[in-house]
Amino acid sequence: MSKPKFAMYWAAACGGCEIAVLNTNEKILDVDANFDVVFWPVAMDAKYKDVEAMADQSILLTLFNGAIRNDENEHIAHLLRKKSQILVAFGACATQGGIPGLANLSSTPSMVDTAFTTLSTDNPDDLRPQTKYTIPEGEITIPTLYPAVKSLDQVVKVDYYMPGCPPESHQIAAVIDLVVQVLQGKAQLPPTGAVIGAGNSSVCEECTRTRNEKKIAKFTRIQDFKPDPDVCLLEQGILCCGAATRSGCGAVCPKAAVPCVGCYGATDDSPDHGARLLNAVASVIDSRDPVEVEKILDGIPDPAGMFYRFGMPGSLLRASKAAWEDKG
Amino acid sequence: MAQQFEPLIIGFTCNWCSYRAADSAGSMRLKYPPNIRLIRLMCSGRIDTTFVLQAFANGADAVLISGCHPGDCHYVEQNYKAQSRFLLMRRMIAQMGIEPQRLQLLWASAAEGTIFAAEVTKMIEEIRKLGPLNWKGGQLSAVSHQRSAIAEVAV
Repeated sequence: MSKPKFAMYWAAACGGCEIAVLNTNEKILDVDANFDVVFWPVAMDAKYKDVEAMADQSILLTLFNGAIRNDENEHIAHLLRKKSQILVAFGACATQGGIPGLANLSSTPSMVDTAFTTLSTDNPDDLRPQTKYTIPEGEITIPTLYPAVKSLDQVVKVDYYMPGCPPESHQIAAVIDLVVQVLQGKAQLPPTGAVIGAGNSSVCEECTRTRNEKKIAKFTRIQDFKPDPDVCLLEQGILCCGAATRSGCGAVCPKAAVPCVGCYGATDDSPDHGARLLNAVASVIDSRDPVEVEKILDGIPDPAGMFYRFGMPGSLLRASKAAWEDKG
Repeated sequence: MAQQFEPLIIGFTCNWCSYRAADSAGSMRLKYPPNIRLIRLMCSGRIDTTFVLQAFANGADAVLISGCHPGDCHYVEQNYKAQSRFLLMRRMIAQMGIEPQRLQLLWASAAEGTIFAAEVTKMIEEIRKLGPLNWKGGQLSAVSHQRSAIAEVAV
Protein backbone atom coordinates (compact mmCIF):
# COMPACT_ATOMS: atom_id res chain seq x y z
CA MET A 1 0.00 0.00 0.00
CA SER A 2 1.33 3.42 -0.84
CA LYS A 3 1.94 5.89 1.97
CA PRO A 4 -0.27 8.96 2.47
CA LYS A 5 1.11 12.11 0.91
CA PHE A 6 2.58 15.08 2.75
CA ALA A 7 3.33 18.61 1.55
CA MET A 8 4.79 21.69 3.14
CA TYR A 9 4.85 25.12 1.52
CA TRP A 10 6.18 28.56 2.37
CA ALA A 11 4.39 31.66 1.17
CA ALA A 12 5.44 35.03 2.66
CA ALA A 13 7.63 33.52 5.35
CA CYS A 14 11.19 33.58 6.63
CA GLY A 15 11.87 29.84 6.61
CA GLY A 16 11.85 29.55 10.40
CA CYS A 17 8.83 27.21 10.31
CA GLU A 18 10.80 24.78 8.16
CA ILE A 19 13.70 24.93 10.60
CA ALA A 20 11.28 24.27 13.46
CA VAL A 21 10.04 21.12 11.68
CA LEU A 22 13.62 19.94 11.20
CA ASN A 23 14.26 20.78 14.86
CA THR A 24 12.00 17.92 15.84
CA ASN A 25 15.21 15.89 15.32
CA GLU A 26 14.58 12.17 14.85
CA LYS A 27 10.81 12.78 14.79
CA ILE A 28 11.31 13.89 11.20
CA LEU A 29 12.03 10.24 10.42
CA ASP A 30 8.47 9.44 11.51
CA VAL A 31 7.25 11.83 8.84
CA ASP A 32 9.34 9.98 6.29
CA ALA A 33 8.30 6.56 7.62
CA ASN A 34 4.60 7.36 7.53
CA PHE A 35 4.32 9.79 4.64
CA ASP A 36 5.40 10.17 1.08
CA VAL A 37 6.72 13.75 0.87
CA VAL A 38 5.48 15.01 -2.49
CA PHE A 39 6.07 18.75 -2.28
CA TRP A 40 8.34 20.71 0.05
CA PRO A 41 10.30 23.42 -1.79
CA VAL A 42 12.80 23.88 1.04
CA ALA A 43 13.66 20.20 1.38
CA MET A 44 13.19 18.69 -2.06
CA ASP A 45 12.96 19.54 -5.71
CA ALA A 46 9.41 19.67 -7.02
CA LYS A 47 7.73 22.12 -9.36
CA TYR A 48 4.33 23.78 -9.25
CA LYS A 49 3.38 21.82 -12.37
CA ASP A 50 3.98 18.58 -10.43
CA VAL A 51 1.41 19.70 -7.86
CA GLU A 52 -0.97 20.81 -10.62
CA ALA A 53 -0.74 17.32 -12.12
CA MET A 54 -1.78 15.63 -8.86
CA ALA A 55 -5.35 14.42 -8.40
CA ASP A 56 -7.59 16.65 -6.25
CA GLN A 57 -7.48 15.75 -2.54
CA SER A 58 -4.58 13.40 -3.17
CA ILE A 59 -2.34 15.02 -0.51
CA LEU A 60 -3.44 13.98 2.96
CA LEU A 61 -1.66 16.66 4.97
CA THR A 62 -0.34 20.06 3.92
CA LEU A 63 1.44 22.35 6.35
CA PHE A 64 1.17 25.83 4.87
CA ASN A 65 3.38 28.46 6.42
CA GLY A 66 3.69 32.09 5.47
CA ALA A 67 1.24 34.90 4.85
CA ILE A 68 -0.51 35.79 1.60
CA ARG A 69 1.55 38.71 0.37
CA ASN A 70 1.23 38.49 -3.42
CA ASP A 71 -0.69 36.76 -6.21
CA GLU A 72 1.73 33.83 -6.32
CA ASN A 73 1.10 33.09 -2.63
CA GLU A 74 -2.65 33.16 -3.20
CA HIS A 75 -2.45 31.01 -6.32
CA ILE A 76 -0.51 28.29 -4.48
CA ALA A 77 -2.87 28.53 -1.48
CA HIS A 78 -5.82 27.77 -3.79
CA LEU A 79 -3.86 25.03 -5.56
CA LEU A 80 -2.82 23.30 -2.33
CA ARG A 81 -6.31 23.64 -0.89
CA LYS A 82 -7.68 21.81 -3.93
CA LYS A 83 -5.08 19.07 -3.74
CA SER A 84 -5.14 18.55 0.05
CA GLN A 85 -7.52 16.80 2.41
CA ILE A 86 -6.15 18.54 5.51
CA LEU A 87 -4.74 22.05 5.19
CA VAL A 88 -3.00 23.39 8.28
CA ALA A 89 -2.22 27.09 8.69
CA PHE A 90 1.23 26.54 10.13
CA GLY A 91 2.91 29.28 12.13
CA ALA A 92 2.06 32.88 12.97
CA CYS A 93 2.17 34.17 9.37
CA ALA A 94 -0.33 31.67 7.99
CA THR A 95 -2.65 31.88 11.01
CA GLN A 96 -2.63 35.65 11.61
CA GLY A 97 -0.39 37.31 9.03
CA GLY A 98 2.73 37.31 11.18
CA ILE A 99 5.67 39.67 10.80
CA PRO A 100 4.98 40.29 7.06
CA GLY A 101 1.56 41.51 8.23
CA LEU A 102 3.21 44.59 9.71
CA ALA A 103 3.28 45.79 6.10
CA ASN A 104 -0.40 46.57 6.66
CA LEU A 105 0.69 49.64 8.60
CA SER A 106 2.10 51.24 5.43
CA SER A 107 1.20 51.69 1.80
CA THR A 108 3.05 49.69 -0.84
CA PRO A 109 4.56 52.81 -2.52
CA SER A 110 6.03 54.06 0.76
CA MET A 111 7.44 50.62 1.54
CA VAL A 112 9.01 50.26 -1.90
CA ASP A 113 10.47 53.76 -1.52
CA THR A 114 12.00 52.81 1.81
CA ALA A 115 13.45 49.62 0.37
CA PHE A 116 14.88 51.25 -2.77
CA THR A 117 15.95 54.73 -1.73
CA THR A 118 17.18 54.74 1.84
CA LEU A 119 20.79 55.29 2.80
CA SER A 120 21.85 51.66 2.81
CA THR A 121 20.60 51.10 -0.75
CA ASP A 122 22.87 51.66 -3.74
CA ASN A 123 20.39 52.59 -6.46
CA PRO A 124 21.86 55.46 -8.55
CA ASP A 125 19.28 55.09 -11.36
CA ASP A 126 16.41 55.16 -8.86
CA LEU A 127 15.03 51.84 -10.14
CA ARG A 128 11.84 50.19 -8.87
CA PRO A 129 10.78 46.58 -9.34
CA GLN A 130 8.50 45.95 -12.33
CA THR A 131 6.09 43.04 -12.39
CA LYS A 132 6.76 42.58 -16.13
CA TYR A 133 9.97 43.20 -18.05
CA THR A 134 10.93 42.39 -21.61
CA ILE A 135 14.39 41.04 -22.35
CA PRO A 136 15.69 39.64 -25.67
CA GLU A 137 14.71 36.12 -24.57
CA GLY A 138 11.09 37.17 -23.90
CA GLU A 139 8.98 38.62 -21.12
CA ILE A 140 9.84 37.90 -17.51
CA THR A 141 7.50 38.46 -14.60
CA ILE A 142 7.55 38.59 -10.83
CA PRO A 143 4.49 38.29 -8.55
CA THR A 144 2.43 41.39 -7.77
CA LEU A 145 2.40 42.64 -4.19
CA TYR A 146 -1.00 43.04 -2.56
CA PRO A 147 -1.76 46.37 -0.85
CA ALA A 148 -2.62 44.42 2.31
CA VAL A 149 -1.19 41.13 3.58
CA LYS A 150 -3.74 38.40 4.32
CA SER A 151 -3.74 35.38 6.57
CA LEU A 152 -4.29 31.99 4.91
CA ASP A 153 -7.90 31.68 6.08
CA GLN A 154 -8.72 34.98 4.38
CA VAL A 155 -8.19 33.31 1.00
CA VAL A 156 -9.02 29.62 1.48
CA LYS A 157 -10.73 27.37 4.02
CA VAL A 158 -8.31 26.21 6.67
CA ASP A 159 -8.80 22.97 8.61
CA TYR A 160 -6.46 23.56 11.54
CA TYR A 161 -4.42 26.38 12.98
CA MET A 162 -1.01 25.89 14.46
CA PRO A 163 0.29 29.15 15.93
CA GLY A 164 3.78 30.25 16.86
CA CYS A 165 6.76 32.00 15.36
CA PRO A 166 7.80 29.36 14.78
CA PRO A 167 5.62 26.67 16.36
CA GLU A 168 7.64 25.04 19.13
CA SER A 169 9.32 21.84 17.97
CA HIS A 170 7.88 19.76 20.82
CA GLN A 171 4.41 20.87 19.75
CA ILE A 172 5.15 19.94 16.13
CA ALA A 173 6.38 16.55 17.31
CA ALA A 174 3.16 16.09 19.29
CA VAL A 175 1.08 16.96 16.24
CA ILE A 176 3.08 14.54 14.06
CA ASP A 177 2.52 11.86 16.72
CA LEU A 178 -1.20 12.58 16.70
CA VAL A 179 -1.49 12.38 12.92
CA VAL A 180 0.46 9.11 12.88
CA GLN A 181 -1.88 7.72 15.55
CA VAL A 182 -4.88 8.84 13.52
CA LEU A 183 -3.45 7.01 10.49
CA GLN A 184 -3.10 3.87 12.61
CA GLY A 185 -6.68 4.25 13.84
CA LYS A 186 -5.57 4.87 17.43
CA ALA A 187 -6.77 8.46 17.74
CA GLN A 188 -9.25 10.86 16.21
CA LEU A 189 -8.67 14.20 14.56
CA PRO A 190 -9.82 17.26 16.51
CA PRO A 191 -12.87 19.15 15.19
CA THR A 192 -12.22 21.24 12.07
CA GLY A 193 -11.20 24.81 12.75
CA ALA A 194 -9.37 23.91 15.95
CA VAL A 195 -6.09 25.31 17.09
CA ILE A 196 -3.64 22.47 17.44
CA GLY A 197 -0.24 22.29 19.03
CA ALA A 198 -1.00 24.99 21.60
CA GLY A 199 -2.85 25.58 24.84
CA ASN A 200 -5.75 27.90 25.45
CA SER A 201 -4.54 29.75 28.47
CA SER A 202 -2.07 32.63 28.61
CA VAL A 203 1.70 32.52 28.52
CA CYS A 204 1.66 33.82 32.12
CA GLU A 205 0.26 30.48 33.22
CA GLU A 206 3.36 28.70 31.93
CA CYS A 207 5.75 31.38 33.17
CA THR A 208 7.66 30.61 36.36
CA ARG A 209 8.28 34.20 37.40
CA THR A 210 6.62 35.52 40.57
CA ARG A 211 3.62 37.75 40.01
CA ASN A 212 2.49 40.49 42.37
CA GLU A 213 0.14 43.38 41.89
CA LYS A 214 1.24 45.33 38.84
CA LYS A 215 1.69 49.08 38.96
CA ILE A 216 3.85 50.53 36.26
CA ALA A 217 5.19 54.06 36.41
CA LYS A 218 7.67 53.70 33.56
CA PHE A 219 8.06 51.37 30.60
CA THR A 220 11.59 50.34 29.92
CA ARG A 221 13.48 47.82 27.78
CA ILE A 222 15.74 44.90 28.58
CA GLN A 223 18.80 46.55 27.05
CA ASP A 224 18.46 49.44 29.52
CA PHE A 225 18.73 47.54 32.80
CA LYS A 226 19.23 44.12 34.32
CA PRO A 227 15.83 42.69 35.20
CA ASP A 228 15.29 40.71 38.37
CA PRO A 229 15.52 37.03 37.38
CA ASP A 230 12.50 35.88 39.40
CA VAL A 231 9.92 38.65 39.13
CA CYS A 232 7.33 39.14 36.39
CA LEU A 233 8.86 41.18 33.55
CA LEU A 234 5.78 43.35 33.05
CA GLU A 235 5.93 44.32 36.73
CA GLN A 236 9.45 45.53 36.10
CA GLY A 237 8.20 47.82 33.34
CA ILE A 238 9.15 45.61 30.42
CA LEU A 239 6.38 45.33 27.86
CA CYS A 240 5.78 41.59 27.98
CA CYS A 241 2.86 40.31 25.90
CA GLY A 242 2.37 37.11 27.91
CA ALA A 243 -0.82 38.25 29.63
CA ALA A 244 -2.92 38.16 26.45
CA THR A 245 -1.01 35.60 24.42
CA ARG A 246 -1.95 31.96 23.92
CA SER A 247 0.03 29.42 25.87
CA GLY A 248 1.77 26.41 24.36
CA CYS A 249 5.33 27.60 24.01
CA GLY A 250 6.23 26.87 27.62
CA ALA A 251 6.95 30.57 28.22
CA VAL A 252 10.46 30.11 26.84
CA CYS A 253 11.05 33.81 26.26
CA PRO A 254 10.09 35.27 29.66
CA LYS A 255 11.90 32.38 31.36
CA ALA A 256 15.03 33.54 29.51
CA ALA A 257 14.45 37.17 30.60
CA VAL A 258 13.20 38.17 27.17
CA PRO A 259 9.68 39.62 27.03
CA CYS A 260 6.96 37.65 25.27
CA VAL A 261 6.31 39.19 21.85
CA GLY A 262 2.95 37.50 21.38
CA CYS A 263 3.75 35.06 18.56
CA TYR A 264 1.14 32.46 19.60
CA GLY A 265 -1.60 35.05 19.05
CA ALA A 266 -4.88 35.41 20.90
CA THR A 267 -6.70 32.82 22.95
CA ASP A 268 -9.98 31.33 21.68
CA ASP A 269 -12.19 33.85 23.45
CA SER A 270 -10.55 36.90 21.92
CA PRO A 271 -11.33 38.16 18.42
CA ASP A 272 -8.43 40.61 18.48
CA HIS A 273 -5.08 39.91 20.07
CA GLY A 274 -3.78 43.49 19.99
CA ALA A 275 -6.93 44.84 21.63
CA ARG A 276 -6.52 42.45 24.53
CA LEU A 277 -2.87 43.33 24.91
CA LEU A 278 -3.71 47.01 24.90
CA ASN A 279 -6.33 46.46 27.63
CA ALA A 280 -3.86 44.58 29.78
CA VAL A 281 -1.03 47.05 29.38
CA ALA A 282 -3.14 50.17 29.89
CA SER A 283 -4.74 48.73 33.01
CA VAL A 284 -1.50 48.43 34.95
CA ILE A 285 -0.39 52.02 34.43
CA ASP A 286 0.10 53.58 37.83
CA SER A 287 -1.28 57.05 37.35
CA ARG A 288 -4.60 58.83 37.49
CA ASP A 289 -3.36 62.02 35.89
CA PRO A 290 -3.88 62.08 32.11
CA VAL A 291 -0.75 64.17 31.57
CA GLU A 292 1.36 61.72 33.53
CA VAL A 293 -0.27 58.74 31.78
CA GLU A 294 0.72 60.28 28.43
CA LYS A 295 4.29 60.58 29.68
CA ILE A 296 4.30 56.91 30.71
CA LEU A 297 2.82 55.96 27.33
CA ASP A 298 5.77 57.65 25.60
CA GLY A 299 7.62 54.53 26.77
CA ILE A 300 5.63 52.57 24.16
CA PRO A 301 6.81 54.30 20.98
CA ASP A 302 5.01 51.99 18.52
CA PRO A 303 1.80 50.61 20.08
CA ALA A 304 0.30 49.19 16.86
CA GLY A 305 3.55 47.46 15.91
CA MET A 306 3.94 46.17 19.44
CA PHE A 307 0.41 44.86 19.99
CA TYR A 308 -0.02 43.52 16.46
CA ARG A 309 3.51 42.33 15.85
CA PHE A 310 2.21 38.96 14.63
CA GLY A 311 -1.45 39.58 13.96
CA MET A 312 -2.27 42.75 12.04
CA PRO A 313 -3.99 41.01 9.07
CA GLY A 314 -6.01 38.80 11.42
CA SER A 315 -7.15 41.75 13.56
CA LEU A 316 -10.46 43.60 13.49
CA LEU A 317 -9.11 46.63 11.64
CA ARG A 318 -6.89 44.38 9.49
CA ALA A 319 -4.89 47.06 7.72
CA SER A 320 -4.21 50.75 8.18
CA LYS A 321 -5.91 53.34 6.02
CA ALA A 322 -2.57 53.97 4.29
CA ALA A 323 -2.45 50.28 3.28
CA TRP A 324 -5.98 49.89 1.98
CA GLU A 325 -5.93 53.22 0.21
CA ASP A 326 -2.48 52.18 -1.03
CA LYS A 327 -1.05 55.65 -0.68
CA GLY A 328 0.63 57.84 1.89
CA MET B 1 -28.36 70.19 -3.00
CA ALA B 2 -25.86 67.78 -1.62
CA GLN B 3 -27.15 65.75 1.29
CA GLN B 4 -25.60 66.52 4.64
CA PHE B 5 -23.39 63.77 5.97
CA GLU B 6 -24.92 62.16 9.05
CA PRO B 7 -22.18 60.52 11.14
CA LEU B 8 -22.82 57.35 13.09
CA ILE B 9 -21.35 57.44 16.58
CA ILE B 10 -21.29 54.59 19.06
CA GLY B 11 -21.37 55.81 22.66
CA PHE B 12 -20.38 53.59 25.56
CA THR B 13 -21.89 54.92 28.75
CA CYS B 14 -21.65 53.70 32.32
CA ASN B 15 -24.67 52.57 34.29
CA TRP B 16 -24.15 54.94 37.19
CA CYS B 17 -23.28 58.33 35.73
CA SER B 18 -23.16 58.94 32.01
CA TYR B 19 -26.11 56.74 31.04
CA ARG B 20 -28.14 58.54 33.68
CA ALA B 21 -26.87 61.84 32.33
CA ALA B 22 -28.21 60.86 28.92
CA ASP B 23 -31.43 59.77 30.60
CA SER B 24 -31.75 63.04 32.44
CA ALA B 25 -31.14 64.94 29.20
CA GLY B 26 -34.16 63.03 27.91
CA SER B 27 -36.28 63.83 30.98
CA MET B 28 -35.39 67.48 30.62
CA ARG B 29 -36.49 67.26 26.99
CA LEU B 30 -33.10 68.49 25.86
CA LYS B 31 -32.58 67.85 22.18
CA TYR B 32 -29.39 66.50 20.67
CA PRO B 33 -28.94 65.02 17.21
CA PRO B 34 -29.86 61.34 16.92
CA ASN B 35 -26.50 60.34 15.43
CA ILE B 36 -25.26 58.65 18.58
CA ARG B 37 -26.23 55.09 19.59
CA LEU B 38 -25.69 54.50 23.27
CA ILE B 39 -24.58 51.20 24.71
CA ARG B 40 -24.75 50.90 28.47
CA LEU B 41 -21.94 49.20 30.32
CA MET B 42 -21.86 48.78 34.07
CA CYS B 43 -18.71 50.90 34.23
CA SER B 44 -16.50 52.79 31.82
CA GLY B 45 -13.75 50.46 33.10
CA ARG B 46 -15.57 47.70 31.22
CA ILE B 47 -14.54 49.31 27.96
CA ASP B 48 -12.59 46.77 25.99
CA THR B 49 -10.47 47.92 23.06
CA THR B 50 -12.19 45.13 21.14
CA PHE B 51 -15.53 47.01 21.39
CA VAL B 52 -14.02 50.18 19.98
CA LEU B 53 -12.24 48.46 17.10
CA GLN B 54 -15.35 46.40 16.35
CA ALA B 55 -17.36 49.63 16.11
CA PHE B 56 -14.89 51.21 13.68
CA ALA B 57 -14.55 48.04 11.61
CA ASN B 58 -18.34 47.72 11.35
CA GLY B 59 -18.92 51.23 10.08
CA ALA B 60 -18.99 53.66 13.01
CA ASP B 61 -17.55 57.09 12.21
CA ALA B 62 -16.60 57.76 15.82
CA VAL B 63 -16.74 56.26 19.29
CA LEU B 64 -17.48 58.00 22.57
CA ILE B 65 -16.43 56.53 25.90
CA SER B 66 -18.22 58.10 28.79
CA GLY B 67 -18.17 57.54 32.54
CA CYS B 68 -18.25 59.04 36.02
CA HIS B 69 -15.99 61.95 36.87
CA PRO B 70 -12.53 61.12 38.26
CA GLY B 71 -12.95 60.24 41.92
CA ASP B 72 -16.66 59.47 41.50
CA CYS B 73 -16.47 55.98 40.02
CA HIS B 74 -19.05 53.62 41.45
CA TYR B 75 -16.33 50.98 41.36
CA VAL B 76 -13.79 53.26 43.05
CA GLU B 77 -11.11 53.61 40.36
CA GLN B 78 -12.12 51.76 37.21
CA ASN B 79 -12.75 54.96 35.27
CA TYR B 80 -9.01 55.65 35.59
CA LYS B 81 -8.42 52.39 33.77
CA ALA B 82 -10.83 53.55 31.09
CA GLN B 83 -8.81 56.77 30.88
CA SER B 84 -5.49 54.93 30.40
CA ARG B 85 -7.01 52.62 27.81
CA PHE B 86 -8.54 55.57 25.99
CA LEU B 87 -5.22 57.42 25.85
CA LEU B 88 -3.35 54.37 24.58
CA MET B 89 -6.12 53.49 22.10
CA ARG B 90 -5.97 57.00 20.66
CA ARG B 91 -2.28 56.60 19.95
CA MET B 92 -2.82 53.23 18.34
CA ILE B 93 -5.73 54.18 16.09
CA ALA B 94 -3.73 57.21 14.90
CA GLN B 95 -1.14 54.74 13.58
CA MET B 96 -3.93 52.94 11.75
CA GLY B 97 -4.93 56.19 10.04
CA ILE B 98 -7.97 56.93 12.19
CA GLU B 99 -8.06 60.58 13.31
CA PRO B 100 -7.74 60.74 17.11
CA GLN B 101 -10.87 62.95 17.33
CA ARG B 102 -12.89 59.94 16.27
CA LEU B 103 -12.36 58.51 19.73
CA GLN B 104 -13.42 60.75 22.59
CA LEU B 105 -13.73 60.53 26.35
CA LEU B 106 -16.39 62.39 28.29
CA TRP B 107 -16.94 62.51 32.03
CA ALA B 108 -20.58 63.21 32.95
CA SER B 109 -22.32 62.77 36.29
CA ALA B 110 -25.94 61.65 36.56
CA ALA B 111 -26.96 65.27 37.09
CA GLU B 112 -25.14 66.57 34.02
CA GLY B 113 -27.74 65.94 31.35
CA THR B 114 -27.17 69.41 29.94
CA ILE B 115 -23.43 68.89 29.66
CA PHE B 116 -23.92 65.44 28.11
CA ALA B 117 -26.31 66.78 25.45
CA ALA B 118 -24.06 69.74 24.68
CA GLU B 119 -20.87 67.67 24.44
CA VAL B 120 -22.49 65.02 22.27
CA THR B 121 -23.84 67.73 19.95
CA LYS B 122 -20.37 69.25 19.74
CA MET B 123 -18.82 65.87 18.97
CA ILE B 124 -21.36 65.11 16.23
CA GLU B 125 -20.62 68.42 14.52
CA GLU B 126 -16.89 67.79 14.80
CA ILE B 127 -17.25 64.36 13.16
CA ARG B 128 -19.60 65.75 10.53
CA LYS B 129 -16.81 68.14 9.50
CA LEU B 130 -14.29 65.31 9.53
CA GLY B 131 -16.43 63.25 7.13
CA PRO B 132 -17.17 59.52 7.00
CA LEU B 133 -14.59 57.01 8.19
CA ASN B 134 -15.92 54.24 5.95
CA TRP B 135 -13.40 51.68 7.18
CA LYS B 136 -12.45 49.30 4.39
CA GLY B 137 -9.93 47.23 6.27
CA GLY B 138 -12.77 45.21 7.76
CA GLN B 139 -14.36 44.47 4.42
CA LEU B 140 -11.14 42.93 3.25
CA SER B 141 -11.54 40.29 5.91
CA ALA B 142 -14.85 38.90 4.71
CA VAL B 143 -13.70 35.39 5.55
CA SER B 144 -13.91 35.14 9.28
CA HIS B 145 -11.77 33.00 11.46
CA GLN B 146 -13.15 29.55 11.67
CA ARG B 147 -11.57 28.79 14.98
CA SER B 148 -14.29 27.26 17.02
CA ALA B 149 -13.08 24.55 19.28
CA ILE B 150 -9.86 23.95 21.06
CA ALA B 151 -7.94 20.78 20.72
CA GLU B 152 -5.07 20.48 23.05
CA VAL B 153 -2.47 18.07 21.93
CA ALA B 154 -0.94 16.19 24.81
CA VAL B 155 2.76 16.82 25.04
